[in-house]
Amino acid sequence: MAVYITDSGDGILTAKITGEIDHHSARWLRADIDTAIQDRSPNRLILDFSGVSFMDSSGVGLVMGRYKNMKERGGSVELKNMPDYIEKVMTLAGMDRLLGGR
Amino acid sequence: MKKAQNEMKLIFPSLSENERLARVAVGGFISTKNPRLDELNELKTAVSEAVTNCIVHAYRDTVGLIELTAKLTEDGVYIKIRDRGCGIEDVKKAMEPLFTTLPDEERSGLGFSVMESFTDSVTVKSKKGSGTTVVMMKKLRSRI
Repeated sequence: MAVYITDSGDGILTAKITGEIDHHSARWLRADIDTAIQDRSPNRLILDFSGVSFMDSSGVGLVMGRYKNMKERGGSVELKNMPDYIEKVMTLAGMDRLLGGR
Repeated sequence: MKKAQNEMKLIFPSLSENERLARVAVGGFISTKNPRLDELNELKTAVSEAVTNCIVHAYRDTVGLIELTAKLTEDGVYIKIRDRGCGIEDVKKAMEPLFTTLPDEERSGLGFSVMESFTDSVTVKSKKGSGTTVVMMKKLRSRI
């Protein structure tokens, strides 16, 4: 489990998550992404799920928390490259509306 | 339930690193049935939710044992996850989508909703102070 942060310099921060997202790993992912938001103050956060091999509802909590964090700063969140079954978990929470490019 | 063709029991402490152990063990156990990838992922997710509930809620300020039983029958899998933790006061309320007692810890309140969506049946029995048992059944459509 790791997260790779890319700052494209135009206010867009991309966090590419790899590995498995569960309650155990979510706390580290949360800390890493929030630190990057704090340091770079982006307008838009893109969470890229292309490297995620497993996710349960702890991932929904992770997205909800980052959404709240970005919204408080006047920014937005986009979810990208989400595998089908992970999308199904997001849909249960109504978070699929944040889905952008695949 | 039809006669079990194979079964396993796993007992482990309620440590968060064991969430992965539980779902990977169940994934390996059902692999002899040659399940479809979506069924495998759904079952692993449902198991992860049930075990996480034991760790986050049942044994909140302590570490206790979680007992996972899995049985394969002719047409599917039976999973029982049992803890001897604090129990659930109102099971019906706990199973409502988005209901959580821990919003500050970014718990989404979707654990039971995921279990219900990703399996064919979920039964929860709980007694305050003595623990909770979750039983899930899922049909498996073998690829061959």
